[in-house]
Amino acid sequence: MGMTITEKILAAHSGRDSVVPGEIVNAKLDLIVCHDVTTPPAVQMLKKLGINKVFDPSKILVTPDHFVPNKDIKSAELSKQLREWRIEQGIERYYEIGNHGICHAIAPEQGHVLPGQTIVCGDSHTTTMGALGTFSSGVGSTDLAAALATGELWFKVPDSMLFELNGDLPFGVYSKDIILYIISKIGVDGARYKAMEYRGSGLKSLTMEARFTITNMAIEAGGKSGIMPADSIAEDYVKARTSESYTIYNSDEDANYSERFTINLSELEPIVALPDLPSNGRFIGEIKREKMDQVYIGSCTNGRIEDLRIAAQIFKGNKVADGTRAIVVPATTEVWKTAMKEGLLEIFADAGCVVSTATCGACLGGHMGVLGAEEKCLSTTNRNFVGRMGSPKSKVYLASPATAAATAITGTITDPREFLKKTAAAAA
Amino acid sequence: MPELPTNLKGFAHVYDRAHINTDEIIPARYLNVHEEAELAKYAMEDIDVDFVKRVKPGDFVIAGENFGCGSSREHAIWALRGAGIKVVIAANYSRIFFRNAINNGFLAIECPEALGIVKSGDQLELDLLAGKLRNLSNGQEATFVPISDFARELIEDGGLLPHIQKKAAKAA
Repeated sequence: MGMTITEKILAAHSGRDSVVPGEIVNAKLDLIVCHDVTTPPAVQMLKKLGINKVFDPSKILVTPDHFVPNKDIKSAELSKQLREWRIEQGIERYYEIGNHGICHAIAPEQGHVLPGQTIVCGDSHTTTMGALGTFSSGVGSTDLAAALATGELWFKVPDSMLFELNGDLPFGVYSKDIILYIISKIGVDGARYKAMEYRGSGLKSLTMEARFTITNMAIEAGGKSGIMPADSIAEDYVKARTSESYTIYNSDEDANYSERFTINLSELEPIVALPDLPSNGRFIGEIKREKMDQVYIGSCTNGRIEDLRIAAQIFKGNKVADGTRAIVVPATTEVWKTAMKEGLLEIFADAGCVVSTATCGACLGGHMGVLGAEEKCLSTTNRNFVGRMGSPKSKVYLASPATAAATAITGTITDPREFLKKTAAAAA
Repeated sequence: MPELPTNLKGFAHVYDRAHINTDEIIPARYLNVHEEAELAKYAMEDIDVDFVKRVKPGDFVIAGENFGCGSSREHAIWALRGAGIKVVIAANYSRIFFRNAINNGFLAIECPEALGIVKSGDQLELDLLAGKLRNLSNGQEATFVPISDFARELIEDGGLLPHIQKKAAKAA
């Protein structure tokens, strides 16, 4: 019986020739990513047990991202604990404010993520990094502590679900629409405990940045991981950032999948996930053009440079609607700088958007755009649970950066193709 | 080593809903701390503002499918435990929450039938070895698959970290 990429990576990291779903393996870890919310408790646990050294500082990456620049005294203490700990442990891969970024965005961007790796982080969106052909999964603080101490962790080998993406995305439709579509079909627990594997000709038309958006939201379907084979696009991305060697794993022809889905990308349209579940996705033509108090463009899901370019294309020469606020949050400092050099920040500022430094910020109701009661926000983030971005009485709608920008300009949920057609016509 | 109890008693708080997520169990606005007693003050705040006023030490939470989905924050376990919750009984769990529960030695039981036989305020009794849930208030019973050997080992050791330490001590 053949194996999937996920099974091959887990077998190779646990000293086995093969593994099957359901088995529990102890896998060696190649990269452990740490941030300011879940790492300090892990550090405290280790100290309590008298474990004073991490297994290997060179395999750890640290960046404060959730509540930075610190939103209050307590979060300043968390960042301080993180900073002091990394110095004490001699962890060199550290990104301080000014070089920082949302961990799932900065780790691949700075060349720390290599195909074939096993990666954990105390954060559910760790699945993002699977787009480079890694087994990458979110854990809690206790698992993180165990990983930091021993360099390995137990995993139940997951069943894999196969998503075959065929065809090309139509004009004005983006990778965010693909993943919102998939989650609307399988539900927020449709991939519970499973690896969501993607392949197909449709993948070839997606850049790495677009792919990260898809694997990022595996957890919104309950997935343990999202994974894509590392093809030439992935290799080009990695080689532009690091000269380190890596191993590429591919699923065998006769690998076993618990479920298979085929998605024809050419049939998709812009999608909006209505409150209060990411699975409430609807084609934009089917929903009411509700008024939005706020639009938020950013996060580990959609805060990369391509996302900002798409948004800027729509904002250019337009203004944010009266009665609506727009907040743009680049996912990393590098994205911010590139946006500055390309003139995107100016476009956002001229349109009347607020541009923030990189932070998880209001995506999880932290800061930089928290919502009040009865407020509605269309957001490029990943979750629209009750109270996710602030008041439990606020409402969050999920969509692509293009839909978000178009919505900011009109103040009501708007199909981005209305604006993109104008831009395309002006350019012609 | 503490054995798994066969007559664990507690009162039920029922949430008859699927996908109760960690943002509801402990909203992110409280994640700037991780002390259990502090988190406990806000447990379940976005699904049930009065939960912390009603909950008593040893109580059970009963819920539907995919309990604990969303963020990986272990703070969700700490908030519930800090508030006094001894056991969660859900139809099933998101994997990270379930894993965090095991790693903390916190009891998360999968019992899809529980919602059908329990209402808030009922007194329940759990036999963790036999996989039996008894509703002492109405006499009804439900069964569940007893905790796996692997999880049981972790729970009996007091969680993942003590378990690893024990293994390391044995190997030395």
